[in-house]
Amino acid sequence: MSKGILYDATLCIGCKQCEQGCATENGLPYDDRIADQQITSAHKYTAILIKDDKFMRKLCMNCDDPACASVCPVGALKKTALGPVTYDKSRCMGCRYCMAACPFGVPKYEWEKAVPGVRKCVMCSKRVAQGKQTACAEICPTGATQFGERDQLLEEARKRIHDNPGKYLPHIFGETEVGGTSVMLLSSVPFNLFGFRTDLTERALPMYTYQVLSRIPDFVPLFGTMLGGIYWITHRREDVAEAEAKEKEQKGGVR
Amino acid sequence: MTVPRIRFTFWKAIFLFIMAAGVYCTFLRFFRGLGASTNLSDQFPWGLWIGFDVMCGVMLAAGGFTLTAAVEIFNIKRFHSIVRPTILTAFLGYLLVCAALMYDLGLPWNIWHPLVMRNPHSVMFEVAWCVMLYTTVLALEFSPIVLEHFQLKRALRVIRSVMVVFVILGVLLSTLHQSSLGTLYLIMPNKLHPFWWSPLLPVFFFLSAIAVGLAMTIFESSMSSKYFGRELELPILRDLGRVLVVVLALYGILRFEDLYHRGVLKLVLVSGYEQRFFLLEMLLSLVAPLGLLLIPKVRESAQGLYLAAVLTLLGFVTNRLNVTITGVETAVGGRYAPRWTEVVITAMFVALGFAIFGLAAKYLPIFPEEKVHIPALHEPEAGFAEVAVPVHAGD
Repeated sequence: MSKGILYDATLCIGCKQCEQGCATENGLPYDDRIADQQITSAHKYTAILIKDDKFMRKLCMNCDDPACASVCPVGALKKTALGPVTYDKSRCMGCRYCMAACPFGVPKYEWEKAVPGVRKCVMCSKRVAQGKQTACAEICPTGATQFGERDQLLEEARKRIHDNPGKYLPHIFGETEVGGTSVMLLSSVPFNLFGFRTDLTERALPMYTYQVLSRIPDFVPLFGTMLGGIYWITHRREDVAEAEAKEKEQKGGVR
Repeated sequence: MTVPRIRFTFWKAIFLFIMAAGVYCTFLRFFRGLGASTNLSDQFPWGLWIGFDVMCGVMLAAGGFTLTAAVEIFNIKRFHSIVRPTILTAFLGYLLVCAALMYDLGLPWNIWHPLVMRNPHSVMFEVAWCVMLYTTVLALEFSPIVLEHFQLKRALRVIRSVMVVFVILGVLLSTLHQSSLGTLYLIMPNKLHPFWWSPLLPVFFFLSAIAVGLAMTIFESSMSSKYFGRELELPILRDLGRVLVVVLALYGILRFEDLYHRGVLKLVLVSGYEQRFFLLEMLLSLVAPLGLLLIPKVRESAQGLYLAAVLTLLGFVTNRLNVTITGVETAVGGRYAPRWTEVVITAMFVALGFAIFGLAAKYLPIFPEEKVHIPALHEPEAGFAEVAVPVHAGD
């Protein structure tokens, strides 16, 4: 079954253990300076965002039907059955369409390198495949970040909203956004306070391009035949005119 | 003759300067990386090289398929004498687009990956295949020009006998990828500003490619007559101008209807960053060229046609840059302007385009003599190579 992450901002104490755990797991540098950066980057896959006394976590949403994987011409980005959206640099050619297409601005690039690659949270795909939970969920001391079956986490999120009237915003970010995401967020304050788009479509983004692309195989024989047909007809007139002229000439000769 | 000589020396100096700067920027790009040579960032993964070199490059090369379709498929014979320069422009354009892509791709040595790694759900995958196949088709469509030059009659006969297949394939592939460059942006409904994001993007890109193809043909014929001492085929250009009016009008009406139905029309009157670029695009791509071409006196004159064509080209270059850059700036929360190195590389490709066109026009039978009967596709073209190419151009 598909796994997921539930982040409950009301339980978060802003200790940034998840950032630390993520850096260790992915072999990224981590110090006080990096801890202060409230943005994700090529060397920081997750970030705790702080607004006054409220927290929010930024990480790859690992969409159910990810735009990045859909647009990748070489299939370097893939949605795995377990939930994580993985990246394989050996396939990548560096077109960066994934970055342009991502509705959350998640994929980052190693701009400073001569042999660059895309970098993003891959929901600890290796750990998840081994049956373990993600590094961020494992290290979280308060249970703000929780790993589990997406269905069960969604149920849990609904229950928390229902059981604590007034505590939560009645919105599970990631339940329906761009067709649903493996990562889901709960908050007591509006998500746009932290720069999250709240006007995102509920349709899976790949459908926008697929409904055009899927018609191409049908279009090719039709349009090809049309062009061939026009060629045939426009040139046929010429042949007819030529034959008629010849006929006339011959008749003239007989007379 | 002293005046043109001075002029060409001047242009030569400019050309050499751009090339030298281009070599330096090439070094920066490949040894220092994209970060050191561009203003690209995580917010703006695509900049001038995608917006101009690729998007506009492919669009400006659309004259090839537009004119081939008109002459070879619709059998409009009077356009025959201008097909070759448009095929040359298209072939050159696509080669330069491929070269520019090598600069923009992060891992350019993996450019062949779409050949063996498939993702048929990706528009980029489809574009990659179409551009690759169409460049091959263009090479084949261009090959008779070279074969004639070297008088390889048997090879000519073979290629002519199968040319119709390539012509149809070329028009088909062009239709697909010209529109697909618009389809690329369909997946960004929440990112691209509503002035430009529309479910009709593929249709807009295709229609505008035809308009630009026609404008580019007028532009190129005018330039050739100016610099290569060619007689201007004014009656042909007038016909092209009339077709351009119709295509622009169709495009304009469709754009209007689309904005109206999506409820975006009211935004046109609200002052703003996107609104200014939108109005500039509308002025250059539709209002000015249509306004000019609807005046019979302008439409009939060489200068009028030239001006309208240049405005159309500028207008649709603005359109492509609006889609790739202006339209996403607010959503990603920032502004992008290219670094000087990016501009130099782009200028280098434009300069190379002009230079190679000039060389090809000088040494290859690109322009047939006006009065000579132009043989159709499958007729033998013996003696074609003897046709003198007027050489007034500097090298």
